[in-house]
Parts: sequence; C-alpha cells; structure tokens
Amino acid sequence: MKSALNLRNVVAALVIAGLVLLPVYSALTGKVFILTMFTRIVILALAAASLNLIMGYGGMMSFGHAAYLGIGGYAVGILAFEGIGSGFIQWPVALIASALFALVIGALSLRTRGVYFIMITLAFAQMAYYIASSLSRYGADDGLTIYKRSNFGSLVDLSDRTQFYYVCLACLLGGLYLIWRVVNSRFGLVVQGVRSNEQRMQAIGFHANRYRLVCFVISGTICGLAGALLANNTDFVSPAVMYWTRSGDLMVMVILGGMGTLFGPVIGAIVFLVLEELLSQVTEYWALIMGPLLLLIVLFARGGIMGLLGRFSRG
Amino acid sequence: MAEHLLRVEKLVRRFGGLVATDNLSMEVVRGELHAIIGPNGAGKTTLISQLTGQLMPNSGTIHFAGRDITGLPPYRRSGLGLARSFQITSLLRDFTAADNVALAAQAHAGHSYRFWANAQKERALREAAHAALARVGLDKRANVPVSELSHGEQRELELAVALATKPQLLLLDEPMAGLGVTESQRMVALLKELRKEVTIMLVEHDMEAVFALADRITVLVYGGVIACGKPDEIRNNEEVRRAYLGDQHAVTRHG
Repeated sequence: MKSALNLRNVVAALVIAGLVLLPVYSALTGKVFILTMFTRIVILALAAASLNLIMGYGGMMSFGHAAYLGIGGYAVGILAFEGIGSGFIQWPVALIASALFALVIGALSLRTRGVYFIMITLAFAQMAYYIASSLSRYGADDGLTIYKRSNFGSLVDLSDRTQFYYVCLACLLGGLYLIWRVVNSRFGLVVQGVRSNEQRMQAIGFHANRYRLVCFVISGTICGLAGALLANNTDFVSPAVMYWTRSGDLMVMVILGGMGTLFGPVIGAIVFLVLEELLSQVTEYWALIMGPLLLLIVLFARGGIMGLLGRFSRG
Repeated sequence: MAEHLLRVEKLVRRFGGLVATDNLSMEVVRGELHAIIGPNGAGKTTLISQLTGQLMPNSGTIHFAGRDITGLPPYRRSGLGLARSFQITSLLRDFTAADNVALAAQAHAGHSYRFWANAQKERALREAAHAALARVGLDKRANVPVSELSHGEQRELELAVALATKPQLLLLDEPMAGLGVTESQRMVALLKELRKEVTIMLVEHDMEAVFALADRITVLVYGGVIACGKPDEIRNNEEVRRAYLGDQHAVTRHG
C-alpha cells in the first residue's frame, strides 16, 4: 500500500516538474506551439480537478460542469466588452457568478439522485448555453472577442505567453492544494461519508444535503476560475464552451485519470488532450480511435490511470 | 412512576393497502432494556425507521425526552440523542473502523464546516473513536478498512458508531443477525455491559438473547402491539403463544 502511494506520488511529482519546466523547453527548442497547447491543458486540468471534487469525492455525477467554464469566461468577456478591464474586478466577479450559479442549480438538483441528477445538471448547463446564445449584445452564437486580456497592472502581464502560462499553472497547483486540504478536513470527510452511505450519515447526525451543496458550490467556483483563464487564453468566449460535449470531455478526463484521486484529473486532462491533438493530426476521424481507447480504460482499469499505477506497484 | 424516555402514540404507517404499523402505542422507560419481538413482517423495522426519522408516519406522534419529534429529520433526532444500528450492516465501507466511529463523534463535537485542518489528526475525535472501539472490543482493529472486517466485527462496529454519538436511547435493529454462536454470546455479554449506561430498545429474532437481556418485551403482530410486559409475563401469555411463539420450545425451555 505504501509503495503504491509512492509510485503515484513520484509520477505526480514528475508531471509537476515537467509542467514547471515546460516554458524552458519551449524557449530552448523554439516550439511555441507546445506552450500554447499546455496552457490549455493546465486550464482544463483545473476544471477537471474541480469536477473531481464533487464527482470523485462527493459522488455527485454532474453532467453540466462546463457551464462554469462559460460563466467564468462570460464574466471576463462581458466586463471587458463594457470597458472594465481590471482583472481584480473581472476574476472575483467570475468566481462569485459561478458560485451563485452553483448555489442555485445545486439547491434544485441535489433533491435528486443518480440518473436524475445527471439529467438535471445537464439540463441546467444547456439552459446556460442557450441563454448565452441569445445574448445578442455579446455576440450571441458567434461569441465575444476579448480584445484585451485581464489587466493586473504591473503585477503580471497576461499577454506575455510565459507569464500567462505560469499564472495558469499557479492556479492549478493552488486549486489542487485547496482541494487536498478540503478533502481531508472535517467537511471533506463528511462529504466522502455521504458518498459512501448517505443513510448512515443522516443517522449519525449529519444534514447530508447541506454538505453536498457546499461542496457543489466550492467545485463550481474553482471551475469558474478555470473559465476566466480559458477566456483569457483564447481571447474569446462563446456558448460553445458550455456545450454538453465539453462537460462530457471533463468527465472523461476525471474518469481517465482516476476518480477520487487528487492528481488523477491532471493526468487525465494531459492524456486526453495530448491524445486528441496527436490523433487529430493523423486522421480527422480521431474520435473513432479515442472512443475504443477510453472504453478499454473504463473496462480494464476501474480506477483510471492512477488506479493502474497503484496496481502495478502492488505487483 | 419512572420517566418515559420514548413515547409512541397511535402510530400508523401504510404502504399502499398494507398497514405496516397499525395504531401502535408503546413506551420505553429510561434505563430499561426494552425488546421488540414479533414474527417476520410484523413491522419491527418499519417501526424503527419511523422512530429514527427515515420514514414518516401517516399519523400518530413520537415523543422523545419530553419533546415531540414526529416531524424531525434523522440528523436532528441523532442530535437529540437517538442512535440506531442497522439490521443490514450499514457502514462506510471504504473507511477504516476508526474513521467510521470518528465521524460519528465529529457529528456531535462542534460543527463540520471546517475546510482546512486535517480532521484525521484531531486528537479529541481520534480519542473518542478509540474509546468507543475499545468499548466493543475492536480497539486492535481500528485501522482496518471496514470491507476487511469480519461480519461479527462489523456488527460490533455498528454498535461503536452508535455509541460514539453519545446517545440517550440506542435502537438496535437485530444486532445478532447472521452471527455465529460464539459471536452471539459475545454480543449478549457486550449488551449486558452497555445496558448499564444507556437505555436500549432491542429488536431481535434470537429469543434466547431477548429473554436473557430484556427488562420488558413488547410483542408486535401485524403492525400492532398484542402484549407488553416482563419476560415471564410474555412467556406465559396465551395470546402471544398462539399468535407468535406457537410451539417454540426454545422459549419455554428457558422458563
């Protein structure tokens, strides 16, 4: 057991080291493309990690998590459009808007369980998608171009590729640290207990749904941050970031990397997005290869990649 | 007159056309061990579920410690000191034994909206957990995941979890279910100890255990009470014999 944990930790440490050194590699080899690609990976890894908090630790299968990417993104985009360029305003608004959205849809959808919960979170996300599509002032279907990235004064320049990458990486690592603390706190244990056996947790004195809801809001807020980053990364936000297939991608990243493991979603995001990139270079029908690959992982590696690592080191 | 810790009045619960709890009234006196017996389908678990709040009655009232709890949700009842063990072992399987008990202690030691400090390093909770585990003789198995505990150990852990909530009334739903002979004897010995500290309502099929432990026995048939009294009175009650005990020599033999 101990050694299993160690192998996982070694892999996680290596990946983090790789991510930290990536801009150096990119600068030395002149491959700008790789830095751009990994900026996106790091941002979506943060979104996947936030989903893992409710899905892996909380047992809440949300199929609408991409909504927060859109809400965070639109908060930045709309404020920029209206002439408020400061990141000190844009980002807190993105977080608060995501938290409020999570509070409302969480309060409603947590009355249901299982398949109904999946469907209702999906429905809410699709509603957000259609609302964004109807915002004619902000580009409607075509989306909204962000002409200037969030302005943090002299603190950091987000238009600088390397600086922006490190901001994203800091958000990812900070997010993971936050999730790690939360998961092991009193609160986190209650949430995991509710995942394991809700009736039991009620019987020993916990108001299960209230803990679920708070967890849901924390998760949505973190994902809203990822949304603000993503909008800055693409200098653009459109309803497409909230489309249900994007929610599905996030779920796949979590399952691929290993649900309920701290670092699994990061590995999942890297593997998923790198594979997507490589396969789409080979054929435009890359999904035909990706699909069966995912199927194999789900069938033969229940715990995802992190689960596999654990099993190998156990022998 | 002894104090009533629990008073159930005219409780009714229907499932479609079936009346699972039929105008049921009963009391549990503080300090006693009160057993509920009855044939399969008599509505024993339905009654327990209504007492703990998992199931709402169609009509009737439940008073606990002088207060009407009929409409309270389960977590509030637990807060008032009503604890239950489950007939089908219902633990957090991917947690260790100590974690299971520590969570129960946590539920009754301040609030749990603490997001930062590592709860598994909270001394007070760990100590409470180990005390409860020691109480049921599981202290050596504290760090074993529940899924690796034997069935008997899981039944004992159920008790430890209930104890860790510092209950006034312990509702035990068939704690001997599925236990072997020696395990059953251990459980009876354990309950004999626990009854000195806490009021217990025991639902059990094992007649030997019931007659060895109970101060009073209530007999349920078809969702209603047909008799209530001391073990001797129950054993000699004609109606009980006819309706339930029938020719069960196990009971008379211990007379």
